[in-house]
Amino acid sequence: MKRNSKLEDLNKKFEKIKPQMTPSEAVVESSRCLFCHDAPCIIACPTSIDIPMFIRQIMTKNTLGSAKTIFSQNILGKSCGQVCPTSVLCEGACVYHDLNEKPIDIGRLQAYATGHAIDKNIHFFEKGKSTGKKVAIIGAGPAGLACAHELTMLGHKVVVYEANKKAGGLNMYGVAPYKFSNKDAIQELKYVSAIGFEIKTNSPIENPSKLEKEFDAIFLGAGLGGSKKINIPGEDLSGVYGATEFIYNLRDKDLKVNVGKNVVVIGGGNTAIDAAVESSLLGASVTVIYRRSEKEQTAYSFEVEHAKKHDVKFVYLTSPIEILGKKKVDGLKCIKNKLKSSSRKSEINTVKDSQFVIPCDMVIIARGQEKMIDFFKSISKLKLDDGKVVVNKDFQTTNPKYFAGGDCINGGKEVVNAVANGRDAARGIDKYLMKKK
Amino acid sequence: MANLETGFAGIITPNPFWLASAPPTNTGYQVMNAFRAGWGGAVWKTLGVPIVNVSSRYSAVAYKNNRMMGLNNIELITDRSLETNLKEMKEVKKKFPKNALIASMMFEKKEEWHDCIKRCEDIGIDGFELNYGCPHGVCERGMGSAVGQNPDVCERITSWVTDVATKPVIVKLTPNVTDITKPALAAQRGGANAVSLINTINSVTGVNLETMAPNPTVAGHSTHGGYCGPAVKPIALNMLAELTNHPDFKLPISGIGGIETWQDAVEYFLMGATTVQVCTAVMHYGFRIATDLNAGVSNYLDANKMKSVIELKGIAAKKLRKWQELDLNYKVIAHIDPVKCISCQLCYIACEDGAHQSIELLPNTRVPKIIEDTCVGCNLCSLVCPVESCITMVEVKTNKKKLVWADHPANQSN
Repeated sequence: MKRNSKLEDLNKKFEKIKPQMTPSEAVVESSRCLFCHDAPCIIACPTSIDIPMFIRQIMTKNTLGSAKTIFSQNILGKSCGQVCPTSVLCEGACVYHDLNEKPIDIGRLQAYATGHAIDKNIHFFEKGKSTGKKVAIIGAGPAGLACAHELTMLGHKVVVYEANKKAGGLNMYGVAPYKFSNKDAIQELKYVSAIGFEIKTNSPIENPSKLEKEFDAIFLGAGLGGSKKINIPGEDLSGVYGATEFIYNLRDKDLKVNVGKNVVVIGGGNTAIDAAVESSLLGASVTVIYRRSEKEQTAYSFEVEHAKKHDVKFVYLTSPIEILGKKKVDGLKCIKNKLKSSSRKSEINTVKDSQFVIPCDMVIIARGQEKMIDFFKSISKLKLDDGKVVVNKDFQTTNPKYFAGGDCINGGKEVVNAVANGRDAARGIDKYLMKKK
Repeated sequence: MANLETGFAGIITPNPFWLASAPPTNTGYQVMNAFRAGWGGAVWKTLGVPIVNVSSRYSAVAYKNNRMMGLNNIELITDRSLETNLKEMKEVKKKFPKNALIASMMFEKKEEWHDCIKRCEDIGIDGFELNYGCPHGVCERGMGSAVGQNPDVCERITSWVTDVATKPVIVKLTPNVTDITKPALAAQRGGANAVSLINTINSVTGVNLETMAPNPTVAGHSTHGGYCGPAVKPIALNMLAELTNHPDFKLPISGIGGIETWQDAVEYFLMGATTVQVCTAVMHYGFRIATDLNAGVSNYLDANKMKSVIELKGIAAKKLRKWQELDLNYKVIAHIDPVKCISCQLCYIACEDGAHQSIELLPNTRVPKIIEDTCVGCNLCSLVCPVESCITMVEVKTNKKKLVWADHPANQSN
């Protein structure tokens, strides 16, 4: 009983920061849209959704028509509506900014319309007439799922291989649960895969070349690897986590994880912020340290503001030098930095005799993710650039049978970029396969 | 400071804002609340022969977020007894002697008219309004708009009233006619002291897409109703100006139709009204809107150094001309202020698809450009632009003398 009420409290803490709109909210908000010609919001959307059209359709209460407008460009339109950094994409481009008016709440309107179709389980696309071609997809994340859906529409048989026990990738294991919950991820996955492609979970592919015989083309949507190490003493103490692993665990265990009393997060990106806010919601007192100043921070400013609202403290111009403790972490030794110039990539100098210790019982390292170089090196003739898979405009790699998209080609961007890549790669694969005939 | 006290056909009213004969003037309770809220006068819900009302009665037109842009009703005149109405009217007049209280009436027979006039005058009302406008329910029985649509009948019944009435008589006109001046002149011939216009317009507001029945419904069926609210103002203003500008029409006019704000009221005065009557806006927002009507008109008069509403009367109506009298050599073209432009490009697509293909999009900027050589100065771009005074229409000096159609070389009758 007690445990259940605790869990309810936790779920309440992790409530959506962008809650589902009511029908009347959606109609009022959609009525504000000016229906711009050649709208800047469309240009700002990586998947080029016809935003003024879908908003107009919400206004006319043609909600299913609206959902179809969204899904025909972005089959993961629901999660994108909820997790996209809309204030730097579509909503950031809204012309209302120039009128000093609040931009249209595009993300929530998109989630409203797509959620309507998903809740009612109404589908708009069908499996295409069979071409007899087979495509393997490695990774059931946003890129892989968008690619699989598009390929299935085009009539190709698709098998998606997923190393984890659940499909969904970032939406299942990476996004902050107050943006997109496990329930949301499972529901969307079911909706997208209903078109009829196979997903094999718990199926890590160690050597993709083994799939070459069975499949006519292979799409690499493998994303990135684990959190990067920072190579300081004490990194293997109990209580030290990579941010990716910390968040994975949180999503996998559906919030039922332990967190320290005092948590220090190392890093200045969006993942650092997510880990910090999540730790705070779980009850920790959280400090984020970043080696440069607030100005150079790569996290979106709205994310930083969100963290500050959750009492996350920020300590800038600070680098970790040692994680202290015997078996368990009991502190983080840091040093102050100064920047040599005002450039974003300025050289960092340490300040002499400025060491100090932040007492803590948990350290989360959020300094980016490893690239899966060894995995990609197992594929012949596959060219990499700084660990990223090199592709042409059809998302074809230097090995013509292989295509790629998402984090493994861009080094880690948004869900919406992965969806755009996956969709366009499917069209590239179709072009490749059907020309060969 | 301006004084809003206004004289209308011999009736002195503390301000020119009256409640029209409608649901807000159904009872003494309502009218007293209205007078407390600042209304200058009220035209009581029409007195007449006994009727019964239906349920439901209203339906409306919404535009995007704006509810009740137009309202339609299938309600009839008062459904309370004449005795009850007269008793409450007497109380109102006693408590608010300075406010104008007008009895609206609608009867079939001469004796009925005469009886009601006498009883109303006995309790001290300030004037009468003859309901010749109601477009539903009663016109089928030869009353309401059936009277307003037939100038001879209009004149005859008006004279029945003016023969005996000692108080001013206002004839309320229906807009459901081709030429509003005909019934208005008939009312004048019948001895009326003033007219009021417009009553409601024949309408069906819409169809319910679920039940596939027109709105509003009564046990699954509907009937056409009378349309009013902001949507009808342009129609009313045109009819008002037609009377204002008619050389033979001499009576004062009480303007009705979609008045909600002080700006609406000023427009009515400028088009020739002496007083105005309001209904839909009160049904939407309550009596309290009188506060801003009074203050807004008063400030406008002060800003224009005027002392009274009567100074506004008909100024705009005088600027109306027949199309044939307009200067064909006058030219304006659109100008876009690039600083104000928010680059929605609505002007571009409106001109491209809906007008004269005279706006172009250039590379490297989202600010559209007017093609001045082909722009006909139609105003459309400035109308669709969501930014205040971003697109303005600028006069182009043609250095040509005024040229009207009668003298134009293209006129084949020349």
